[in-house]
Amino acid sequence: MDNYNPANMLLLLVILFNFFLLGSSRLNACIRTVAIQGGILSLLPLFLHGFSGHSLILAGGAFLLKGIAIPFLLLRAIRQVHIRREMEPLLGYVPTLLLGTLATAGAFIFSDRLPLIEIHRGSLFIPVGLATLATGFLMLITRRKAITQALGYLIFENGVFIFGMLLAEAMPLMVEAGVLLDLLVAVFVMGIVMHQINREFSTMNTDQLSSLRE
Amino acid sequence: MLELLLHLFLLLGLSPLLPGVIGKTKALFAGRTGPPFLQSYYDIWKLFGKGLVISRTTTWVFRAGPVVGLAVPVLAALLVPFGAISAPLSFTGDLIFFVYLFGLARFFTASAAMDTGSSFEGMGAAREVTFSCLAEPTVFFSFIVLARLSGSLALDTMFGPALYTAWQSAGPSLILVVACLFVVVLVENCRIPFDDPNTHLELTMIHEVMVLDHSGPDFGMILYGAAMKLFVLGALVVRLVFPGSTGNLLLDTLLFAGGMLLLAVVIGLVESTMARLRLLRVPQLLVGTMLLSFFSLILLLR
Amino acid sequence: MTLLFAAFFLFILGALLAVIPGRTAARAATLLGSGSAILGCLFGLIAAGQGLIAEGAETFSLPWSMPGGAFSLRLDGLSAFFLLLLFIVGLAGALYGAEYMKGGRERRRPGLHWTWYNLLILSMTLVVTAANGLLFLFAWECMSLTSFFLVINEYDLTEAVEAGWTYLLATHLGAAFLFAFFLSAGALSGSLEFASFQVLSQLTAPVASGFFLLLLVGFGSKAGIFPFHVWLPDAHPAAPSHVSALMSGVMVKTAIYGLLRLSAFLPVGPAWWGSLLMAIGIIGALFGITMAALQRDIKRSLAYSTVENIGIILLALGFWMHSRVNGHPLAAAFALAGGLIHLLNHALFKSLLFLGAGSLMHGSGSRNLNRMGGLMRRMPVTGLLIVCGGLAISALPPFNGLIGEWFIYRALLESGTVLSGLAGFFPLVLIGLLALVGGMVLIVMTRIIGIALAGEPRSPEAAKAREAGWPMGSAMAALALLCLTGGLMPVFLLQVAGRAATLIDPSAATILAGTTMAPWWLGIMAILLLVCILAAYLFLRWRQGRTPVPASATWGCGFAFPSSRMSYSAESFTELPQSAMFCSCLQPSTEDGREIGFFPEARRFAFAAPDPMLTRVFKPFFRWAAEVCSGFRGLQAGQLHVYLLYIFSATILLLVWVGQR
Repeated sequence: MDNYNPANMLLLLVILFNFFLLGSSRLNACIRTVAIQGGILSLLPLFLHGFSGHSLILAGGAFLLKGIAIPFLLLRAIRQVHIRREMEPLLGYVPTLLLGTLATAGAFIFSDRLPLIEIHRGSLFIPVGLATLATGFLMLITRRKAITQALGYLIFENGVFIFGMLLAEAMPLMVEAGVLLDLLVAVFVMGIVMHQINREFSTMNTDQLSSLRE
Repeated sequence: MLELLLHLFLLLGLSPLLPGVIGKTKALFAGRTGPPFLQSYYDIWKLFGKGLVISRTTTWVFRAGPVVGLAVPVLAALLVPFGAISAPLSFTGDLIFFVYLFGLARFFTASAAMDTGSSFEGMGAAREVTFSCLAEPTVFFSFIVLARLSGSLALDTMFGPALYTAWQSAGPSLILVVACLFVVVLVENCRIPFDDPNTHLELTMIHEVMVLDHSGPDFGMILYGAAMKLFVLGALVVRLVFPGSTGNLLLDTLLFAGGMLLLAVVIGLVESTMARLRLLRVPQLLVGTMLLSFFSLILLLR
Repeated sequence: MTLLFAAFFLFILGALLAVIPGRTAARAATLLGSGSAILGCLFGLIAAGQGLIAEGAETFSLPWSMPGGAFSLRLDGLSAFFLLLLFIVGLAGALYGAEYMKGGRERRRPGLHWTWYNLLILSMTLVVTAANGLLFLFAWECMSLTSFFLVINEYDLTEAVEAGWTYLLATHLGAAFLFAFFLSAGALSGSLEFASFQVLSQLTAPVASGFFLLLLVGFGSKAGIFPFHVWLPDAHPAAPSHVSALMSGVMVKTAIYGLLRLSAFLPVGPAWWGSLLMAIGIIGALFGITMAALQRDIKRSLAYSTVENIGIILLALGFWMHSRVNGHPLAAAFALAGGLIHLLNHALFKSLLFLGAGSLMHGSGSRNLNRMGGLMRRMPVTGLLIVCGGLAISALPPFNGLIGEWFIYRALLESGTVLSGLAGFFPLVLIGLLALVGGMVLIVMTRIIGIALAGEPRSPEAAKAREAGWPMGSAMAALALLCLTGGLMPVFLLQVAGRAATLIDPSAATILAGTTMAPWWLGIMAILLLVCILAAYLFLRWRQGRTPVPASATWGCGFAFPSSRMSYSAESFTELPQSAMFCSCLQPSTEDGREIGFFPEARRFAFAAPDPMLTRVFKPFFRWAAEVCSGFRGLQAGQLHVYLLYIFSATILLLVWVGQR
């Protein structure tokens, strides 16, 4: 493993941000971290596939959406609804962190056993992708607020993006764009819904939504 | 023999300089002149010359706290290489002894604090043992990373010349280890994000509140012991960051001393720019650090 | 062997003589009972020493009228190792008890107490020397029964009797598994002699695993391994302190002996045996030490710490099995040595601490930490010795506790720094968890010392506490001295463990015989540490000068009238770790009135940390079992005819069954 490969360094940073996201309760910091994580990820195609037109578009699009647009929307949303912290997660921060680390360790050990093609063997993409997916899942499972749920989706999407990176050569541009667009729509909807929920119920807990089921 | 003397000279002579440098850095950051660099030397000297008052409640345990607190860092320092100057004592598995040696110091400081019967000092003792308990796995994980890289279980070799090649082969892990050990240095020496040495409210202190009742030579020994503990643990971080050796003993010594001063400046910077954490956030941060050190190990396991 | 028989004779003599004086001459009974126990232990110690030095094994056999039974004994390295710790602790306990039984509530029937005490030591001697399955089971049951009677020494206290019943139930349920083991092993080998059990090594892996699980559950319930530990925290506080010391220091270890001795007959098992032991061990260690931190009863806290230490021993033994199968002889040897040394050390320092706790109770009249305080000033010798025990159990230099843990860490590091992938993952996790356990032991011990010994007295009785007589002090001092010797001369510990290892894993023993540098270094470091401390002390004396030190009140931050009710209590000391670290499933129940109105009423605060395994698993299970079984109550018709019908139909069924064959 070439440790000083810039792509690998970026991926390690991504993992560190995962840990931070699992352990932090401040929404503002979390959103910014997701933004930085997205920004870092958007640089990956350039390192992986060189400065070709395809990778430039991919990187630019990802950077605009993941690094700037979506975080901006989310930050605006929490400014409007005046929440700053995730107060009562379903599972405490320390247990979530522990689970996150175990999942990361599992991802690293598991990815060594996957039947991968030679160039991907020993690369950090697979384990980091898996670990990020797991982080997103954990975030979705353990947090109550709609905004942290949205963040969980974003982290999840980041994990998918890392996986997609390995396939970017083979994948048509449209698919990638479609993923990003989906996400944007999702965030829009989330923002609108959150705004409405907040106005109607003056709370942001998704728990309250479950009373709507019938 | 020369190494032993050099070690002891560096430890005993240089360690009180670190708190002075930290204080000066903080003062400059705050726009003050600050106390002189040598203030800690003056303080310790002054305290050694002063009389002693002890509480009526206390027993020999109270007096044992400072004595053990001074003896332990001296012995621990002999297991640690100071820069490229190798450790006078070294044997396979001394890293375990090193960790538990500091446990001994903690045992006596906490017991001495409880011995006064004051609720403030009990509070400090409870906090100290809890936080250190959480920091212990971090130290072990960081040491294991180095043990794996160097293939040895002796601190002298783990922090020896093999580090230089290790930085080339496992840089990311080592960066994490440096970060984790730096956090350990901060928490074990009660520096700012964990404990504020300058606070004047007993309720918010950890280490300072434990030594409230010590005075005179006792207190001098505590200050000296604390400075040496900072020096010994800091030496590990400095060695990690400056792994090389110039081959010249004098240059190596100067490099190491420079590194230690740089570390003090960095600690001063951290203290100037950060606020003390809420008490219940401290365990969270420590667990986070523990997991980070574990992660650095995972990177090596593959 | 002759010496051992002399010891047997003395124990029986003591058991008989102690009841003769009756209630009136309590002192004579105590003198006779403890005297013969002490003498017997001395003889036994020499026998154990000879057994450790001698190569090979001594055997002895007498025919016995029981079917399948024979009075065959065998004294080899492993037996001698366990005899050594049995007689050391038994000796200290007898000496201590001679004084302890004089005072307080325990005065009533010292004669009977000494009978049980002598018989307990006798039966434990038989357990570790028996070479016949039936004799082993016989001695095992005697051990359970005598210790049960010792636990209910204060039989007029409901709490003690309840603890006794829990203990008896747990130990007999465990014994059922041992019966199953011996019956099937006897059926396979055709004899209950241990010598004929060699054929068990031909078993296939699944059958051998079945046997291993029988042993694990059977002995585990006695050893107090994690899910079966529930009797331990109740029984230890109920018993007199020297009995707690003997039970915690030695009796639970006889289960480890049984596990080692009998699993040695089985073929070398698959790796999961070791993994299972490691998992149980580390869970037990974490659980035990966490619960220990939550107890306000000093002996309960120590009992939970026994659960923790048994966990560590099990972890080491599991790692030994694991590494042996996976071909890491060095790690296996270190793990085995670590486990055995820790076992020996734990016997020493845990009995020291139990005896110390007994002295504190003797002085302050309570087991509650919050009723002690300030005892270091009033009982300086006991205080000093408890600090020694606390240092030893926290594995701090220069005491012996570090040596065992050092070897365990070393074993984990040996494989953790070399293996990669999943194989290297588990040792590394274990190191981290073991370090966490180590840190928590420190919390528990500073808590006991800080709350019980330091500060101001927390009750009027504690303020009047005085040091007990010399037998109690000297028994503890001897143990503390042994702890210090072990720390300063770890070579002895390693040699003793090496002798015990010869029998169960010869290749590990050869590796250990070649390991001489490490223990020397640990000894040298311990001595250097003492030198450093002495130097620092002399420096302080020099700076302090000859002027007397003025004493004043503790600084109360400006408040002039501090009282002991304001100082940190046992609960508040662990409040921070409890809220920050402990799993919420252990969360003890606290009851306090938080709401404060304009005219607040008197508030009370209650805190309890019951064992979650007992309250959430075992009690509901047994309650359920009782409900199910009550359905059979209809069979008890209470009429003679019905019972005769039962007998008749049973006879018919038996005849039919015999006819079928």
